[in-house]
Amino acid sequence: MSEHAEHAAEHPGYGTFIRIWVILLILTGCLVGVSHLGQTAAVWGLLTLTPLKAGLVFYYFMHLKYEGPLLKIVVLVTLGTLLIFFALLFSDVAFR
Amino acid sequence: MTGHVHRDDFGARLGMWLFLVTEMVLFGGLFIGYSYMRYRYPAEFHHGGSELNATLGIINTLVLLTSSLTVVLAIVAIQRSEKKRAMACLGATLILGLTFLVIKAFEWGAKFHHGLYPNSPHLATLPPGEQVFYGLYFTMTGLHGVHVIVGLAVLGVMLWWVATDRVRQDRYVHLENSGLYWHLVDVIWIFLLPLFYLAA
Repeated sequence: MSEHAEHAAEHPGYGTFIRIWVILLILTGCLVGVSHLGQTAAVWGLLTLTPLKAGLVFYYFMHLKYEGPLLKIVVLVTLGTLLIFFALLFSDVAFR
Repeated sequence: MTGHVHRDDFGARLGMWLFLVTEMVLFGGLFIGYSYMRYRYPAEFHHGGSELNATLGIINTLVLLTSSLTVVLAIVAIQRSEKKRAMACLGATLILGLTFLVIKAFEWGAKFHHGLYPNSPHLATLPPGEQVFYGLYFTMTGLHGVHVIVGLAVLGVMLWWVATDRVRQDRYVHLENSGLYWHLVDVIWIFLLPLFYLAA
């Protein structure tokens, strides 16, 4: 029971998540904003702001911040695998 | 503490994450396919994107982001034994999820009205790049929509379990795992918004 109480003390409160939600809304606004600034800005917005938003959801809403290393590794290995497939496909496309 | 029931909350979350990882690969494959097709047909994807209703896409993003917040707040409420607040948060999530689906239905309905639906005669007259764009659009938003429906069903069960104290302060891993699923559905939409609705 003491272990449970200890664990409970680490739980973040309502405020943390509401702040993250506000940041997510602001980032969405920025993303929509840069999408009007032309193709290059839109692509850069897509490549930077979107992963940042996803990262915030993963890290805070999905509690990865409060988990041990194993779950973080599972997610990183998956993202790394997808990145390898992405790189392999485009290395193929580039030399066609 | 009455009796000893074997429980492994971390194991339950690990199992959920392993499942979510397969979902990430499923959608990841589609995203990689999208990126190649967009590279191959930039003008057609630009034109296809301009035909989509960006406003509805942005509103749906706000709806899903907020629904993700209410799920995570429901977990905080359960951790603090605030049962009524947890139920209110989950109820809000269900309403927001249904709102998302209703908006999606209007959006798809408008596309169908213009003769744009999978395998439609009008779609066959469009250039190949635009056919690919709409093919990916219907596949990816459709698959995502199926996930929203499944997520709503699961969260509906969670609302019931919170109401009947099956999910409570000392036992809420089911709610956490359902929340994880819902957040992943939100993350996928975070990517779908710029890829389709803001592509123009």
